[in-house]
Amino acid sequence: MTELWSSGSLDSGHSMDKSITLPPDEIFRNLENAKRFAIDIGGSLTKLAYYSTVQHKVAKVRSFDHTAKETEGDPLYEISMQEEMSARLHFIKFENAYIETCLDFIKDHLVNTDTKVIKATGGGAHKFKDLIEKKLKLRVDKEDEMTCLIKGCNFVLRNITHEAFVYVKHADSEFRFQNTHPDIFPYLLINIGSGVSIFKVESEDTFERVGGSSIGGGTFWGLGALLTKTKRFDELLQLASKGQHTNVDMLVKDIYGGSYGSLGLTGDLIASSFGKSATPDKEFSKEDMAKSLLHMISNDIGQLACLYARLHNLTRVYFGGFFIRGHPVTMHTITYSINFFTKGEVQALFLRHEGYLGTIGAFLKGAEEDNPNQYSWGENYAGSSGLMSTSPDLNPMQRARSGTFDMLEMDRLERQLVNLPLLQDPSSYIPDTVDLSEDALAREYWLYCFEEALDGVVKRAVASQPDLPEAAERAEKFRHKYQHKLQTLRHQPFAYGSLTVRSLLDTREHCLNEFNFPDPYSKIKQGENDMALKYFQKAVKSLGELSWEQRQFALVRGLLAGNVFDWGAKAVSELLNYSPFFSIERPWLVDAYDQWLERLKGPPHKCALFFVDNSGIDIILGVFPFVRELICRGTEVVLASNSSPALNDVTNSELQILTERIAAMDLVIQSAVKEDRLTLVQSGSSSPCLDLSRLDKVLAGVVRERHVDLVIIEGMGRAIHTNYYAILSCESLKMAVIKNSWLADRLGGKLFSVVFKYEVPPGHKTTTLDHVPVTPS
Amino acid sequence: LEIRFPWKLELSFPWFGMDIGGTLVKLVYFEPKDITAEEEQEEVENLKSIRRYLTSNTAYGKTGVRDVHLELKNLTMCGRTGNLHFIRFPTQAMHRFIQMGSDKNFSSLHTTLCATGGGAYKFENDFRTMADLELLKLDELDCLIHGLLYVDSVSFNGHPQCYYLENPSDTQNSVKTPCSLADPFPMLLVNIGSGVSILAVYSKDDYKRVTGTSLGGGTFLGLCCLLTGCETFEEALDMASRGDSSNVDKLVKDIYGGDYERFSLQGSAVASSFGHMMSKEKRDSISKEDLARAMLVTITNNIGSIARMCAVNEKIERVVFVGNFLRINTVSTKLLAYAMDFWSKGQLKALFLEHEGYFGAVGALLELLKSSEEP
Repeated sequence: MTELWSSGSLDSGHSMDKSITLPPDEIFRNLENAKRFAIDIGGSLTKLAYYSTVQHKVAKVRSFDHTAKETEGDPLYEISMQEEMSARLHFIKFENAYIETCLDFIKDHLVNTDTKVIKATGGGAHKFKDLIEKKLKLRVDKEDEMTCLIKGCNFVLRNITHEAFVYVKHADSEFRFQNTHPDIFPYLLINIGSGVSIFKVESEDTFERVGGSSIGGGTFWGLGALLTKTKRFDELLQLASKGQHTNVDMLVKDIYGGSYGSLGLTGDLIASSFGKSATPDKEFSKEDMAKSLLHMISNDIGQLACLYARLHNLTRVYFGGFFIRGHPVTMHTITYSINFFTKGEVQALFLRHEGYLGTIGAFLKGAEEDNPNQYSWGENYAGSSGLMSTSPDLNPMQRARSGTFDMLEMDRLERQLVNLPLLQDPSSYIPDTVDLSEDALAREYWLYCFEEALDGVVKRAVASQPDLPEAAERAEKFRHKYQHKLQTLRHQPFAYGSLTVRSLLDTREHCLNEFNFPDPYSKIKQGENDMALKYFQKAVKSLGELSWEQRQFALVRGLLAGNVFDWGAKAVSELLNYSPFFSIERPWLVDAYDQWLERLKGPPHKCALFFVDNSGIDIILGVFPFVRELICRGTEVVLASNSSPALNDVTNSELQILTERIAAMDLVIQSAVKEDRLTLVQSGSSSPCLDLSRLDKVLAGVVRERHVDLVIIEGMGRAIHTNYYAILSCESLKMAVIKNSWLADRLGGKLFSVVFKYEVPPGHKTTTLDHVPVTPS
Repeated sequence: LEIRFPWKLELSFPWFGMDIGGTLVKLVYFEPKDITAEEEQEEVENLKSIRRYLTSNTAYGKTGVRDVHLELKNLTMCGRTGNLHFIRFPTQAMHRFIQMGSDKNFSSLHTTLCATGGGAYKFENDFRTMADLELLKLDELDCLIHGLLYVDSVSFNGHPQCYYLENPSDTQNSVKTPCSLADPFPMLLVNIGSGVSILAVYSKDDYKRVTGTSLGGGTFLGLCCLLTGCETFEEALDMASRGDSSNVDKLVKDIYGGDYERFSLQGSAVASSFGHMMSKEKRDSISKEDLARAMLVTITNNIGSIARMCAVNEKIERVVFVGNFLRINTVSTKLLAYAMDFWSKGQLKALFLEHEGYFGAVGALLELLKSSEEP
């Protein structure tokens, strides 16, 4: 059973509270177009879900009509801001005490909705049915709690990166986030509400309740209240965390005087829970009894979970329910128990959005006709609260308060995202090179770095919208929001899963979008592209004059030099202004150029997939000449670029215009485009980094059809911050210039060190031997 | 009359087997009934006094008890015929017991004291220093299995040792039915003492400890003492027999109004043990008897559930429940029988033994006798 309604679980101090006023900018956003409401009312918290369409600005580029005679100085293409609608899911969690206030608020702000029904689940749904129907004029339609729970669980596991984590109490970072496994099934879900239900989930629609136990959260609460006269669940946990169970429990050493060696039972093992309390003449402290009770119940649940996991041969075991819900104390005892009973073979997994599963499931039930599962969704870092602090020092009242309005927002992505089919082992692929949540030094540095860069980002954002007078005000709001996020992450690095340079960058993009700065670099990119195009023919011509071997090196050098021109990196702007041009002298920090050259002397690749990076010089004078050479060798090329803007990275729509223009100047490119030997695809990403496990499904299809046998990843974001250690099943080139002195230092090089990694999977003839660790080992 | 071979080592009396658990000490004593006049004359005074003390009383001190109804009569062990007595006392009284051994000058009798259970280790030094006695320490699970198989083999004064409950699905009307444990292997042996050990037994000497749980008899009694102020197991059981756990536990029907059909759970099933106790109102109106009953039901069902899962995982259909938790505890035997039958849809059978908690002590005694056979 999950959260069962009981009058005892309503905190007595939390009667209906109407005194609060809700800040409409923050909570229940986008209510105007909201539809498909769902609500999950538990013992103390209500979770509300709705779907809305969000109107926001997007930057569009459009080619000018080039049949008309061009005049010098005309921009290459036109940039316009357009309004676009996108779909967003909103989930809000608040204390039951605020239900009425919230319902009133929703009623007042709901503008045009054709919604007639609200899906409801959870033990309290029944109790509040009349209130909801009266306030919202919606019919309450009850959904089965457990079915909702599992639907919700499938949804978060599939769509939210780093949803699941292992809890490690004494580690630097208590949360070890798990990789999203491409196939989330089968798994065991142990829901610890008042009682315990154990589900085996085999597919979206196939699941069964394989077992359960009546000893659950209700037992802890009920027995705990009887033993300690403490009413609140949180307070009981607090008591337990201060107690000594050995005063109450009979341990193996109490019976044996030591360990029971022949069975491998250590002396500290509990032989009999409460075994010492069977005596009339002794008093026991509340803390000790609560601790003993917590151990007893956690161990019992852990043991059952293990027995079921073994019976069904499952190793992925997720825990949820109010007993777990973000409580470090119970996560620790359950983890300990699972570890003990399976001898480490099974890990207890917890979920960041565990509290939302019911309402997500209920929502999905109501939205079945929209078929939300056919889309990919992504957590919006700007609109989501993230996992709250679990510091045991925080007093339980504060904890409850701080979580008063917790939010999760998810954006519907334009495309379905899938794995790159060329990942050697998708289940062990980790995009990010450094996990900042586990590396305090690196975390400090990058948080500082992003904070330092904020001024510049704000300025650029304002500059990108010179015609909009309120841009400055919006940019300040953006600054405030992102600064707040950085603050949150400083204290709770685990808020959105593992903290990485990628997640910091993505959070910034989400915040920019939130305040309608969809493409702050649009103008800069336009100018850069324009300028670079003018040199294209000249560059190709001079390359043509070189010997084959000279040319190969010049092409690589051109790529690397082009990649330096990245407006995102502060050092380069300084370099361009003050320093003489840097040299690209070999040997490089990571230098597999000789192997690459050897390879080029061999047969051409069938098809190369090139993940491109920046606009301007990088794409036009670096990437295109390189690609042109590949095409001349007889290799087909697929250029993968971002679907939406991120920094100065070239987007797919920009690249289409650029390719057209280059094709107009260059016959090789022209015929390659015509004959489909040069193809442009969207990556599905809008990040300066690259997650090869979340790529546009179309791209994956092209990779399969074309039999891609070479993957080229360019730039610091895609080849260093991410994918540095990615292992592919085909040949790969990872190239970047390290434009950050701290990172260069970490890698054992200097600013502007070059990484040129050419890797051949095992079994192929050539291999490279470079292994430069990014994290000091 | 049995011929005694001159080369066979005579095992001197008294013959004891002892199992020192976390809560209870179980002592078995073999009283020879075939003492010849010659032997009688030779018998030293303190040996005689021990025999008389044990056999003429049914209670020892404040807390020692002889389970007269369990006495095995006319038993032949190691060539001698006599009665086997079953005695228990709380482990807390262990030091008084050792003191008595010292007072009666037990060490002069030159017998080996065979002991098993954790206390054999814990009190070894006390036996040595207080009473000048050396313990022969024996593994408790070996003793448990050997003792169980032996006691079953000699029958209970002509009646079967083993029984099951006929008609387990109807706990009101289930009937205790004797049966034979003639072909006992494989069996899942669930020993419920202070804590619980679960063994998969494939033959006399081939077994493994599958798992255990700390929620056992000690938990029932410990929590009952805290919740109701009772002092003894008997008191706790007596209260439990008069209580109603549905006032304490939250049932499926309390939540769903009836059966939870989506997952075919009966309305009468317990959804949350002590779940009603989350409510202050209900806490204030509950009786001690109800609490004791709920405690008993909770612990028993949990053991049943773990035992059942182990049986399924180990692919064993016969589940034998032993241990002193089951003493005078028909509520638990009925619940266990019901749980095995119901949740396995009749696949699993719960078996019980009359001598519940004494097998370890018997096993220890057997080791003593074995030591005389192998000079």
